[in-house]
Amino acid sequence: MTIPRERTDAVLVADDPRGIGATPGEPPVDPVRRPPRPTRQKVAKVPWRLALRRDGALYLMALLPLLFLLVFRYLPMVGNVIAFRRFRPGGSIFGEEWVGLRYVRMFIEDPTFWHVFTNTVILGGLTLLVCFPLPIILALLLNEVRTKWFKGAVQSISYLPHFLSIVIVAGMVMQLTSLQGTVNQIVEGFGGEAIPFLQRPEWFRAIYVGSEAWQTVGWGTILYLAALTTVDSSLYEAARIDGANRWRQTWHVTLPGIRPTMITLLILNIGLFLNVGFEKVLLLYTPLTYSTADVISTYLYRVGLVSNNLSYAAAIGLFQAVIGLVMVLSANFISKRVVGASLW
Amino acid sequence: MVSTDLTPRVDERAGVPVGPRDSRGYRLFTGLNATALVLVTLLILYPFVTLLAQSFSSSGAIKAGLVNAVPVGFNLETYRVVAGDDRFWTSYGNTVLYTVVGTVIAMVLTTTFAYAISKPHLRGRNALIGIAVFTMFFNGGIIPNYVLISSLGMKNTMWALVLPGALSVFNLLVMKSFFENIPRELEEAAQIDGLGWFAIFTRIVLPLSKAVIATMILFYSVAYWNDWFTAFLYLDEDNLFPLSLFLRNLIAGATTTTAASAAAAGTTSAAISANIQAVTMILAILPILCVYPFVQRHFVSGVMLGSVKG
Repeated sequence: MTIPRERTDAVLVADDPRGIGATPGEPPVDPVRRPPRPTRQKVAKVPWRLALRRDGALYLMALLPLLFLLVFRYLPMVGNVIAFRRFRPGGSIFGEEWVGLRYVRMFIEDPTFWHVFTNTVILGGLTLLVCFPLPIILALLLNEVRTKWFKGAVQSISYLPHFLSIVIVAGMVMQLTSLQGTVNQIVEGFGGEAIPFLQRPEWFRAIYVGSEAWQTVGWGTILYLAALTTVDSSLYEAARIDGANRWRQTWHVTLPGIRPTMITLLILNIGLFLNVGFEKVLLLYTPLTYSTADVISTYLYRVGLVSNNLSYAAAIGLFQAVIGLVMVLSANFISKRVVGASLW
Repeated sequence: MVSTDLTPRVDERAGVPVGPRDSRGYRLFTGLNATALVLVTLLILYPFVTLLAQSFSSSGAIKAGLVNAVPVGFNLETYRVVAGDDRFWTSYGNTVLYTVVGTVIAMVLTTTFAYAISKPHLRGRNALIGIAVFTMFFNGGIIPNYVLISSLGMKNTMWALVLPGALSVFNLLVMKSFFENIPRELEEAAQIDGLGWFAIFTRIVLPLSKAVIATMILFYSVAYWNDWFTAFLYLDEDNLFPLSLFLRNLIAGATTTTAASAAAAGTTSAAISANIQAVTMILAILPILCVYPFVQRHFVSGVMLGSVKG
C-alpha cells in the first residue's frame, strides 16, 4: 500500500522522467518548470544479443526490482478484472466467470455511491482551495525574513508535521477537538457550549481541511522557496529605482518570478484532487459523520473489506483510479498547452 | 558529483540595500511579518505542546478540561504505566523490526534498479523507466492488493507490511538522477581496469553516493515507521501489531491497555485513555523528533533533488 502523502511528492518528480535536466553546474533553475531540453543524442541501438552480453550484470540488477513491480504493482492492476467477474474468496485472484458490467451498473445505480462521490469532490475541492495558497503565502513571508536563524527555525518547525504518522495527527485532532480539548475551552471561554466536533457532520470538513493545512503548509513551501531564490535580484533594484515599495516589488517582481511553479503545482493538485486522504478520513470519521465525511475510498473499503463484496468494491476502485489517471493526464495536457510546462 | 545540499538559500535578498524612502514602512512591515511568522510557528507547535502537557498531567485534570500548554497535576505515573505494558514494548519492537527489514529490502531494490536505468546506453532503458513511472499514476487499488496479498499467504506475516511498499518510484527517480551525475570517467577508468558493472556499482558508485543513500534510508524508514493502514488491513494478531496500529487501537478505543494498568492509573476507561494516548503518542514520535534536527536538511534536499532533476 503506498503511503498517500508520498503521492504529492511523487508527482513533482515526474517532471522530466527521462532525467534530461539541468546539469549540476548550472545555477538553480526554477525547480518545477522544465529547463530547456538539450538536443538529445541519438544512441545507436545495439542488437539485443550484444546488449545482453555487455550489460548482462545491469539487466540482472534490474531483474529483482522489475519482478517486484510486476508482482506488487502490475498484478493488482490486472486484478481489477474482478470488477467484471464473479469473485469467490479463496478462489482465483482474477475471479471465476465474467459478469459483464453488472458491478459497474450496480454503483451507477447506487445512491450512496453518488453521495460519497459528491463528498469526495467537495472535500478535495476545499482542501485544494485552502492548502494550495497557504504555502505560497508562508513562503513569501519567509522570503522577506533577513534574520537567518529565525528563518531557519520557522522552516524547521513548519516541516515537522510532515513527518508524523497519520495516526498521530488524528490523535492530536481528537484531543484538541474533544469536549475537554483546547478548542472547546476557547469556545466555553467565549460563553459558548462545548461541541463534540467529531460527532457533528457540519464540522467534519473544517476539521479535515484544517488538519491537512497544519500538516502540509510548511513542507509545501520548499519548492516555492527554491523558486524564490532564483528571482533575479537586479529586478528588485530596478523596481526600487522606479519607486516601487515593498508590496509593489512583491506584486510585480516576486510573484511573476514564481508563477510557473505556482501554475504547475496548481494543475498538478487539480489532477490529484480526488485522492483525498483516505487514511485520515478513516481515522477521523464515525457513522455519525458519514453524511459529510464518507468518501469514495472509505466507502469502497467498507463495501469490499468489511462487507466482503470485493467485486463491487473493485469496480468502484477502478472507476476512481481511471478518473484519477484521466485527470492527471488532462491536467498535464492543459499545462503543456497553457504554460508550456508539463510533467513528462 | 552533485551536492545534495540544495536547501533553499537563506537570505537571498539581504544584499539589496534598503532605500531610505521605504525604511519606516519597511521596519513596520518587518515587525508585522515576524509577528505573523511567530504566530504560525506557535500554531504549528501547539498540538505538540499540548500533547506533552497532557502526558505529564493527571487524568483528573485532563477530564476537567484544565490542561492546555502546561501540565496540571504533574506526574510521571502515566509514563510508568505505559512503560510497564508488555504490549507497548512488543509493538515498539515490531515497528523497529519492520522498519529495518523494510528499509533494507527497499534500499536494495531502489539502488540496483536506479543504477541500471541510470545508464543511458542500456537497451530497453526507456521501457524500464516507463514501467516504473506508470505505477505512480495508476495503481491497482485497495481491493486487488488485498486479494493478492491474501492469496500469496502473506496475511499475518511481516511480509505483508514490508514488501508492498518496498519500492517508491519517487525515491527511485531521485536515486537515478543522482547516479546519472556521477562523472562517467570514474566508471570508465574502472572498466578499463577490468571491473564489471556490479563491482563498479558496489565499489565505486555506492561509496560516492553516501549522501543520497542516507536521504533515501530516511525517507523509507519514516514511511515504514509511520505506516499503520497496511498493518490494519493484513494483521489480526496482537503480537504482530506495529506501534502505529497499537496506537490507533488505543485512540479508537478498540483496545484499552491492560486492566492492571487501568487500575494503576486509578481511573477508568475514558480518562485513562487521554493520558495514556498522549504518552504513547509522545513515545511514538520521539525517535523522529530525536533524529529530525540532524536529518531535516537531507529530507529537504531529497525533495529538491527529485524535483530539479527528476
